[in-house]
Amino acid sequence: MARPSILRSTIATPLILSALLVAFALLAWFAGSRPFNQTVIDIFLQVILVVGLYTFVGNSGIISFGHIAFACLGGYVAAWTTIRPMMKENAMPGLPNWLMQMEIPFWAAALAGGGFAAFWALVFGAVLMRLSGIAASIATFAMLALVNSIYSNWDSVTAATSSVVGIPIIRTVWPYLIAAILAVFIAWLFSISRYGLALRAARDEPTAAAASGVNIPRMRLIAFVISGAVMGAGGALYAHSIGLVTPDTFFLGLTFTTLSMLVVGGMGSLSGAVLGVLILSSLIQGLRWLEAGVQVGTSTFALPGGVQEIALGAVMILILMFRPAGIMGNRELTGWRARREKPGEPETN
Amino acid sequence: MGGLMQVVFDALSLGSLYALGALGIALIFGVMRLVNFAHGDVIAFSVFALLWPSLDAVAIIFAGNLPWFLLIPFTLAVGAGLSVLSEVVVFRRFRHANPATMMIASFALGFVIRYFLLMLFSSRPKSISLLPGLSQPVELLGARIPLLQLITIIVTIGVLIGLTAFLRRTRFGLEMRAAAENFTMARMLGVRANRVIMGAFALSGALAAAIALILGSQTGTANIMMGASVMLMAFIATVIGGMGSLVGAVIAGFALGAIATVMQVVLPPDARPFRDAFVYGAVILVLIFRPQGLLAARGTKERV
Repeated sequence: MARPSILRSTIATPLILSALLVAFALLAWFAGSRPFNQTVIDIFLQVILVVGLYTFVGNSGIISFGHIAFACLGGYVAAWTTIRPMMKENAMPGLPNWLMQMEIPFWAAALAGGGFAAFWALVFGAVLMRLSGIAASIATFAMLALVNSIYSNWDSVTAATSSVVGIPIIRTVWPYLIAAILAVFIAWLFSISRYGLALRAARDEPTAAAASGVNIPRMRLIAFVISGAVMGAGGALYAHSIGLVTPDTFFLGLTFTTLSMLVVGGMGSLSGAVLGVLILSSLIQGLRWLEAGVQVGTSTFALPGGVQEIALGAVMILILMFRPAGIMGNRELTGWRARREKPGEPETN
Repeated sequence: MGGLMQVVFDALSLGSLYALGALGIALIFGVMRLVNFAHGDVIAFSVFALLWPSLDAVAIIFAGNLPWFLLIPFTLAVGAGLSVLSEVVVFRRFRHANPATMMIASFALGFVIRYFLLMLFSSRPKSISLLPGLSQPVELLGARIPLLQLITIIVTIGVLIGLTAFLRRTRFGLEMRAAAENFTMARMLGVRANRVIMGAFALSGALAAAIALILGSQTGTANIMMGASVMLMAFIATVIGGMGSLVGAVIAGFALGAIATVMQVVLPPDARPFRDAFVYGAVILVLIFRPQGLLAARGTKERV
């Protein structure tokens, strides 16, 4: 039997995931309520960030604590390029003149944010990708701290720790939906490309892959740059969804949420990344609702602040204990046809 | 001369903090290949254990009013207790998991501890006065330094000597070193795994509590994020020192303290806020030339 091409046999996954995202967007559109709309936008942003993180972590097997730094770089690019020049002069007087006068639409800012983050991913990655395993993870953590420390102190360009306001807010779900679907397709295309396949081989059998001529640091670097670009664009869109940025928006809190969604969904699976976002976002939303207070009879019942993070941490630990590969494991959502003719699977008799 | 000695003492006391932190992380990494991201939150927890839970900005001192000879053992016991508890409740189930899984689990546990503190104490920093007698300055070799700085250095040196003696001279220390070298083999030769691992966690937690006492008296504030920056430097020290090498971790901790202090002096005033950024940058440069760390521990290289 002729083996179907890898493109055709795996395309079901991004299509199913996109359909899932479109369904959420339509739900928001029909519901028409403002808070729900914002929730769906948050979910799409989180999908972009988690899928961006998956592109590196899932394929290389190296846990990265530093990817939110790229979102930070992208978020500030959005601030630099889209705020009205008048307001920029007050908040960030140290910007060079050409940047000070620049006022570009949000989608261009997202692309610029992605490009800027990709550049820095290349610089950092060239060093970090030489490390392996745990040392690499800790070094990515140092990268996060490095970026945060610079952005929290460079007063004239980032307004230090105070919020930079005045970023045009985009309130419709469609741009975020398109960006999330693009992120899913980028991740899928990378994982079936020769680089992605080589990197997955290196993740599972480093010695055998190296012996077969895979240049592991180089493959990791390619994945790092692509995922950095997706994170950068995601960070820029994040800035456009709330209208302001601070260095601490993009620090440990967001790192924790993003990582927990990826871990719960399954680090080795694109479907897991998306499902992890959908499941944990629902949980977070429910807990936020309870933290705000619920009317029970005559008294109001409210959970104390912090329960949301504690619950998230507990879910993460329990999943790691009982299902370390996450909900999806290494499997992907595929149509019934693709499942029957999975290439490379040994026939069972 | 006095100015130079001032820098030397600053470097030594900052380095002591980093070295104690790095030691706490390297001890656990040695016996079970766990990178403990919850270490910084054990530090914060140990400080908050001295306060009564309240959401107000003013701290209600509870155990913090104990005389020092009770206060110090109490704090050390809290740190050790929390650390052992985290082993029994969480990390024991990850004994056979791979290091990456354990690392994420500890990251999650750290968040659980931090937000537990947030729930009880709110995220606002609180001012506390812990061991106030230690802030008075003393003259030494022409430099005026706070008594606390001197005590920090002496305590650290004492801890290092004590720990070395413990690891080299006692049976338990021998078992711990054997377990760090080759865990499976050590078990087969009759080393009790649970005992050794719990011992490592207790020691590591007590070290975290020692850092908590020093930081608490130094800064005069209790903050749920207070352990984070020390922990990060301690992590970097363990990576530079070669994962799992106790000596390497201590040396790298002191080296980081020295680099940070020297940069504080040498950098122009405009660049001083970026001190930590420069230190991280220097670390990345070191890793280019020695990706395995300065003193690579045996048995950490991936075997084929």
